[in-house]
Amino acid sequence: MSGKLNLDPSKVALARELARTAGEPITRLAQTHTTVSIERAVLRMAGLDGADADGMPWVNRVVDAVRESVGLEHGVALPAWDAMVRCGYPDLRTLAEQTGQGHAKFRLPAGADAELARGAGDRAVERGVAVIDAQRQARSRMIAETAEPRTPLIYLIVATGDIYEDIPQAQAAAREGADIIAVIRSTGQSLLDYVPEGATREGYAGTYATRENFRLMRAALDETSRELGRYVRLTNYASGLCMPEIATLAGLERLDMMLNDCMYGIIFRDINPVRTFIDQRFSRAVHARAGIVINTGEDNYLTTADAVDAAHTVIVSQLLNEYFGREAGLATWQLGLGHAFEINPAVPDSFLLELAHAQLVRELFPGAPLKYMPPTKHMTGNVFAGYLLDAFFNLCGFMTDQSILLVGMMTEGIHTPFLSDRDLALENVRYVRDAAGQLGLSFQPSAAVTGRAHQVLDEALGLLRRIEGEGLLNAIADGTFGVTKRPPDGGRGLDGVIERAAGYHNPVEEAFR
Amino acid sequence: MTVESIVRPYGDTTGDGRVQVSFTLPVPSVAADDRAIAEGAALQLAGKMGLDPAMVVHTKAVGPDFTFFIVYGRVSHLVDLSQVTVTPREYELLSPAEVNLRIRSALGRKLVVVGATVGTDAHTVGIDAILNVKGHAGEKGLEYYREIRVVNLGAQVAVPDLVSRSLAEQADAVLVSQVVTQRDAHLSNAREVGTAFGDAPRRPLLIVGGPRFDPSAAAELGVDKIFGKGTTPGEVASYLAHAVAGSAA
Repeated sequence: MSGKLNLDPSKVALARELARTAGEPITRLAQTHTTVSIERAVLRMAGLDGADADGMPWVNRVVDAVRESVGLEHGVALPAWDAMVRCGYPDLRTLAEQTGQGHAKFRLPAGADAELARGAGDRAVERGVAVIDAQRQARSRMIAETAEPRTPLIYLIVATGDIYEDIPQAQAAAREGADIIAVIRSTGQSLLDYVPEGATREGYAGTYATRENFRLMRAALDETSRELGRYVRLTNYASGLCMPEIATLAGLERLDMMLNDCMYGIIFRDINPVRTFIDQRFSRAVHARAGIVINTGEDNYLTTADAVDAAHTVIVSQLLNEYFGREAGLATWQLGLGHAFEINPAVPDSFLLELAHAQLVRELFPGAPLKYMPPTKHMTGNVFAGYLLDAFFNLCGFMTDQSILLVGMMTEGIHTPFLSDRDLALENVRYVRDAAGQLGLSFQPSAAVTGRAHQVLDEALGLLRRIEGEGLLNAIADGTFGVTKRPPDGGRGLDGVIERAAGYHNPVEEAFR
Repeated sequence: MTVESIVRPYGDTTGDGRVQVSFTLPVPSVAADDRAIAEGAALQLAGKMGLDPAMVVHTKAVGPDFTFFIVYGRVSHLVDLSQVTVTPREYELLSPAEVNLRIRSALGRKLVVVGATVGTDAHTVGIDAILNVKGHAGEKGLEYYREIRVVNLGAQVAVPDLVSRSLAEQADAVLVSQVVTQRDAHLSNAREVGTAFGDAPRRPLLIVGGPRFDPSAAAELGVDKIFGKGTTPGEVASYLAHAVAGSAA
């Protein structure tokens, strides 16, 4: 392996092999189970939108009704399209309304009826997949017509709670230099077992992820991209209990990146581990097809655990995210593995340690669009010191060739950024880029830096061996990641997990084959 | 040496009253004419804030419609130290060993703490920082204390569930963390907790924490103690030991 750290290629290969061994039982679990959200995603892919008078999405109504009458062991598609064919409903919306009124009756079709239902469902889903394919082509066309921004891509966040306030803020941020706009979700959406409908104007510390909000923001950023001659990417969150559905909506509405970690919901939102892994595999298959880059959330581990002590847990999680991502069909250029600049600045040589960690990640995942997160934990309210720390973060990001730079705010932890905070933060990035953007080329790490990188890799190997021994679910239950203990039968959403029967049919998975 | 009761801000000379402020006004400053008007507007605001004389040292257009300023000036206001009031800490800070000792001698059993975030708040970072072994700010969390049993219910717990679980666990203390403050959700949620436990037969200590709480508002919210931004697990543990064992133990 080339690179500045002289990593031992056999150790790197062993680390990948151990991650695969740890992940394979989880993959088998995902192949043999489905979830209510995966089944709802099938209906969304086939074009079922909207909600009943109570605001409950039609996809929830239909999936719940099918589950109650015939179960979901064979998937929602066979019973749903059997009812469509049998009753001659013109569209899924009619089926949903009839279900809501208690008129639609479901059964598990057999023989020729099953073939009819299967064909009808597959055709409906293929139309949705064609929309995703067209959106992917539209993205390529937009990028060709405008220009690909230079790297690292500058990532900024908006989060007003009101999509109609978010839009001008996002457009202003893009004009100020942002290449990627992330709309933070309303807190708690991850624990909702349905996706809200329509344009939303109220949220808690963020804006709800809905199909209409996705559409509105993407349309606005398309306009700004043309104005700026630079394609501005849109990011949201495929996480929480509705991960598969949100991934589907993201593909249909041409989002460009999605936060989609294999363990974040488990550790930080107490969502059931089994549910999470099953949903995750489906959502990543959708992202793969849609040409969406995923962003993983390893930075979060360092906000609860010490960034030096836990550095190797970041590496282990990245290797697991890589294994699960590839297994689900993602290409290397779609693996936006995350990490962060969170070492206590009072630690001697803290910047050298940050360099070692960032360079290690860069060399372990050479083709991946790494997402580098700024300091949050040691932003103390001293905005002047915070501005300096952010400059060092930017410097480390440029020196180690990170791909996506989330812009740090000097007022982190005080308030949602002021207009001036964002402007000053971008001035910081521009200064470091213009002054030292090429510094990586003339940077040769000292023995202290390479030694630290080797140490972290060795610790990661040690942890991977332990996980191999006890199993990933047990390791999560023991509090290996983020110091939080999450047993496989705990957390939210386990009741939405269903074991697949022999005749299980999922037209989305068929279409992706 | 006696401290003067009346003081002014200190720049580099006693009594010079010099301060620095920064702010943004929704006025343009790209064109030279606009910039002069913008700086005049900034000086006007500085004057009304009590800065006299004031000097705009930095003017920066933020897009076409906004301008950011950094202003230095001399404030005319006086600070009267005799009029300053602070809420003194009513408990002493203890080491984990001292906390364990006090709990053991006062209760003869483990102290039970139930923690959660309530309402729509999904941010477990605060409650986890206080409860998890890993802790926060270099201090281990309450799980680390031998004489404390921690039941962490996690995020978005409904208040009635919090009450029933707390009674079932025979909690000595209930810790509620609230991060989200939109429309004062943290205050209404805290009040709801205070009210819900009001009728409980064996009311545990009710402790609320979060970055935007006013630590002096406990009585108003119907809880026993409020911890604000920057609270460490050691402070919470020390308070618990004080509250169950008394300061004389």
